[in-house]
Amino acid sequence: MQKVCQSCQKQPATVHLTDIATDGEKRERHLCENCAQNEGIMPKPANIMAHLAAFVQSSKGTVQQMAQLSCPNCQLTFVEFRNNGLLGCAADYDAFEPALIPLIERAHQGASRHVGKTPKRAGGDVATENDIVRLRRELDRAVDDERFEEAARIRDTIRSLELS
Amino acid sequence: MTVNDIVQQPGIWLEAEGNLADIVISSRIRLARNVVGYPFLSRATHDQRRALAGLLAERVPHAATSAKSSYIDLTHCDELDCQVLVERQLISRQLVEAKGARGVVVSDDQRCSVMINEEDHLRMHMIRGGMQLSNLWAELNQLDDRIESQVDYIFHPRFGYLTACPTNVGTGIRVSVMLHLPALKLTGEMERVLKAAKDMNLAVRGLFGEGTEATGDFFQVSNQVTIGRSEKEIVDEFKDQVVPRIVEYERLARQALLDEKPRAVDDRVFRSYGILQNARTISSEETLLHLSHLRLGVHIGRITDVSVRKLNELFLITQPAHLQKLNGGPISGEERSAIRADLIRRKLAER
Repeated sequence: MQKVCQSCQKQPATVHLTDIATDGEKRERHLCENCAQNEGIMPKPANIMAHLAAFVQSSKGTVQQMAQLSCPNCQLTFVEFRNNGLLGCAADYDAFEPALIPLIERAHQGASRHVGKTPKRAGGDVATENDIVRLRRELDRAVDDERFEEAARIRDTIRSLELS
Repeated sequence: MTVNDIVQQPGIWLEAEGNLADIVISSRIRLARNVVGYPFLSRATHDQRRALAGLLAERVPHAATSAKSSYIDLTHCDELDCQVLVERQLISRQLVEAKGARGVVVSDDQRCSVMINEEDHLRMHMIRGGMQLSNLWAELNQLDDRIESQVDYIFHPRFGYLTACPTNVGTGIRVSVMLHLPALKLTGEMERVLKAAKDMNLAVRGLFGEGTEATGDFFQVSNQVTIGRSEKEIVDEFKDQVVPRIVEYERLARQALLDEKPRAVDDRVFRSYGILQNARTISSEETLLHLSHLRLGVHIGRITDVSVRKLNELFLITQPAHLQKLNGGPISGEERSAIRADLIRRKLAER
């Protein structure tokens, strides 16, 4: 049987939330779309359309601009890179970033953010940032597998890292 | 240490270790790194290449493993010597074919090699016989730390270790295992394994990795995703999922063959043994095929008077460059086939 929204008590609940308290206890909430939007849990439809429009606009620009991109440091153009598959210098990664990210994501199962080892000399900030990204993924996996106690522990670690 | 010394040594990775050693011939991990202050190699001038090779040839040996190591300059290395290093899996074909200043630092025990000026400034590898990925990663990680204390790596806060080709960016890691899968090949199941590997984003290649086709019974399986996961996650997936699964398939295929067609299996194994014991001329390709069947025969208990170690040794020294180098220099193909056949007969007769 369909649940009724716990907030307005009228509309059918279509948004289901599971929150985990620090002690590992689960708390479930069931809301209708309207109430979820009002609480900021779900984006409002107007926002989605605006985002979509902006995305289409920006990617249209990228396609046209991609061919023109060139690295201020080594002068390699994006077209040259596409032809032989090799980049010319470290600065290319920044110069071609908007065009490279989709390429990298296609080759690496959707990922384009490093979460592995960091050189000792790169400093602690990068290392912490990487840890957070990796832990968020572990958190998702733990929730998927319904390992809630572990999920809560990972979430707390993320919070403490974010504060530090 | 020179190529002449290397060719005389058995190579430590021929000693298979671990409980999957009947199928996993060797484990390998590579890291790609580039040095701050230099462009990637496709944009580097001759002088920049030379400066990089000079800098790295001096600093890397200090960092390389506890064993002693030597730098081999490939700009002054003849084709045969280069080919020996390729056959030993110490360098890639790509490094041989590259132009300008380049070389390789090889540890005396041949477990570790660091290629300088291949596609990236540095490509460090470690290799061991059998299934040894965890130990290998721990060792390679330390080597990487030690080299990093000598040179500054190019590192990006979002993309990680930057590489000349974005297919290696992030961790720069490539985990590969060389597998012997004769039963999957015989039963025609290999196609399914190849498809499953592709779905898991793994590359399957031939004996010598990139650019070599997956023909024969030996396959190299490696990861393609290098960013968005930690090195340990990538290594663990190989160790806990990918390799055990393929090994399991191969074992099931071997059992099925033995249950359903024991005579056909025996026929293949003993014919190959017979050819290797009796041939008077044999190509490296044919040698590989029969050594594969013989290896299968040893692991299913049909052949008891040949050791895996001897098979591994034959596997190595019957390759074209090794054979020539061990017999004093360049030899024509025809003469090589005769020398190879004699060598195999002699080795198999030794007890």
